[in-house]
Amino acid sequence: MNGPAQPAQAGKIDQVVAEDLVKRFGNFVAVDHVSFRIASGEIMGFLGPNGAGKSTIIRTLCGLLRPSSGRAIVAGIDVARDPEGVRQHIGYMSQKFSLYRDLTVEENLEFFGGIYSVPRAELRERMRFAIDMAGLAGREQAMVGTLAGGWLQRLALGCAVLHRPPILFLDEPTSGVEPASRRRFWDLIHNLASEGVTVLVSTHYMEEAEYCHRIALINHGRLIATGSPAKLKQTGIGGDLLLLECDALGPMLEALQHAPNVRDCSVFGDALHLLVDNAEKSLAEIPDFLASKGLHPRRISRISPSLEDVFVQLIAADVAAAGKAA
Amino acid sequence: MRFRRLRAIALKELLQIWRDPRSLMIALLMPFTQMFLLGYGVTLDLKHIPVCTFDREASQNSQSLLKHFEASSYFAIARNVRTYPELISAIDRSDCKIAIVVPPDFSERLNDTGTSSVQAILDATDDNTANIAYGYAVAIVSGYSNDVALDALGRQGGELQQIQPVAVQSRVWFNEDLDSRNFIIPGLVAVIMALVGAQLTSLTISREWERGTMELLVSTPVTPSEVMVGKLAPYLALGWIDASFCLIIATLWFGVPFRGTLFTLFATTTLFLTVVLGIGYLLSVLIRSQIGASQVALLLTMLPTTLLSGYVFPIDQMPTIIQDITYLVYSRYYVTIIKAIFLKGAGIAALAVPILFLLVYAAAVMTLAARAFRKRLD
Ligand SMILES: Nc1ncnc2c1ncn2[C@@H]1O[C@H](COP(=O)(O)OP(=O)(O)O)[C@@H](O)[C@H]1O
Ligand SMILES: [Mg+2]
Repeated sequence: MNGPAQPAQAGKIDQVVAEDLVKRFGNFVAVDHVSFRIASGEIMGFLGPNGAGKSTIIRTLCGLLRPSSGRAIVAGIDVARDPEGVRQHIGYMSQKFSLYRDLTVEENLEFFGGIYSVPRAELRERMRFAIDMAGLAGREQAMVGTLAGGWLQRLALGCAVLHRPPILFLDEPTSGVEPASRRRFWDLIHNLASEGVTVLVSTHYMEEAEYCHRIALINHGRLIATGSPAKLKQTGIGGDLLLLECDALGPMLEALQHAPNVRDCSVFGDALHLLVDNAEKSLAEIPDFLASKGLHPRRISRISPSLEDVFVQLIAADVAAAGKAA
Repeated sequence: MRFRRLRAIALKELLQIWRDPRSLMIALLMPFTQMFLLGYGVTLDLKHIPVCTFDREASQNSQSLLKHFEASSYFAIARNVRTYPELISAIDRSDCKIAIVVPPDFSERLNDTGTSSVQAILDATDDNTANIAYGYAVAIVSGYSNDVALDALGRQGGELQQIQPVAVQSRVWFNEDLDSRNFIIPGLVAVIMALVGAQLTSLTISREWERGTMELLVSTPVTPSEVMVGKLAPYLALGWIDASFCLIIATLWFGVPFRGTLFTLFATTTLFLTVVLGIGYLLSVLIRSQIGASQVALLLTMLPTTLLSGYVFPIDQMPTIIQDITYLVYSRYYVTIIKAIFLKGAGIAALAVPILFLLVYAAAVMTLAARAFRKRLD
């Protein structure tokens, strides 16, 4: 993994467009006015807690759910108007493993080859490619139900790309898979993207978000921020982050609630994270303020926020905003 | 419909059936067990049912009717009683399962109005035996009344040419020796095809929902009719195998004559299978659980097929309302067809009417099934 490369064919048309997308189940709003675009060859990551609405958005884009309002355009086709027109252009990995466990590796690939009408002349070669990609060479006759997690996921990806779709929807493809297999899976995604495949992938692993070209943070059906991991870390938090190491967390936390220009203060391991407006100013100001209360931190320094910091911060801000609006 | 996709679905389904012991059991074992169980159940065990007769008229007509009972191997005359109390005590002491009472005005009414009736009193402690005994009694009486009708026409000098079909039909259906096997076994084949067929396909779509494979399948370019036809094809093949088993058991084991052609049998069986497989498939689409769909399939096929198809109980002996209802029971047409093929050697042309009904049914079921399957999750 060499970190996210830039989209291979940036500047081409947007392969996936969501415009003001809304999906309701009865009275429950699962997707709440979501808009975004994904360029050709781009890897877009959906990051959000369980129940945020990631799967619902992906299913709507695949034409499996009808949007309550708004538009979804995939490969230039309006999904609600022509869901069938979209199918041949997309590959889909659903959140729950959905290949046939009572069929062998080869039989599953042959099945999807037939369903997508992959030209017969090319089918053998593409199956070979998928088998190699999944690392299943020599196990073509194995019953899929007997394979372990990492292989299952890579085989599912292999089935999803058998017909060379320009767009891939991967719904939590790496959940429940050990870290080494996850890394390998992301290498495959990057290879596909470098060949121009547009990828929308959801995850709840923070570290995986770093592998995406762009991230969309989703919470309660709303898209609360989008941007590259670097940009989100720079601006998403809306301030600077300080790390404060000390011996007694309790009194320190108490005192810092009243410190000037400290917007938020939270425990992080055995240290504190402070959200401030301006790092330089606070680095000068805080030690004096604490000294006046008789407190002496061991060390205080500026750190760059992780995506997790950004995410926690943005969700807290979103909840506060929703609270105010209500 | 694209052949590549159809083939992919059919092959996949075939592999899954092959690897699922439960489906295979239903498909290949049930015809055997049912043929033998029901075949013996409704034939051997119920011969020589003890019957009491109470002839209140004691005329030539009434005696001639009771002779039919005596001659039949279904019944053994236990006693001839002369009073009701005697009859009741005979039933109470289980001397007989059924009593036939000929009313004192039996001949009078037959002569006056052309119709008459006898009373059958049944010991219903064993419901099943009582039902079947009643069915036999009805068959015998209707055999007798056919004779009377023929007699009457003959006496009036009616054109014998015209009534010939009636005579043939009555002879074959309730042939003189009233061999119940010939009458029941072909119908049994129909019952088995109906039960097995709907059972098998009731699992096919619900299985995909339960195993989570449906979500991926509906995201592909496959069309609803491709899914339907592709999935039904292997079951149709199984149905043919089952029909062959049934044919072999019926003819070689039970010795039922097969007077028709294999072509007629397989052509009509294909049509009937289309209906039953389609109904199972439709249920599977509507009810997304395997257990639920197969239970409903069993319920929907079992009772109407066994009671209202005419396989044991002749439809023309049922109350008019029930007779009207039987037009909805698709098995009824196939029972008619298969009995006619076995016993009369009927060809396609002779069976045009029931075939037409089945065609209408098949078209309706296929249309509904193809439409009920939506490539959507909501
Ligand atoms: N078919 C459905 N009917 C009713 N509610 C649903 C349905 N599918 C999803 N939901 C609800 O919508 C919300 C979002 O679900 P989902 O999109 O699966 O979230 P995520 O994939 O981010 O975990 C959840 O609260 C879930 O319970
Ligand atoms: Mg999900």
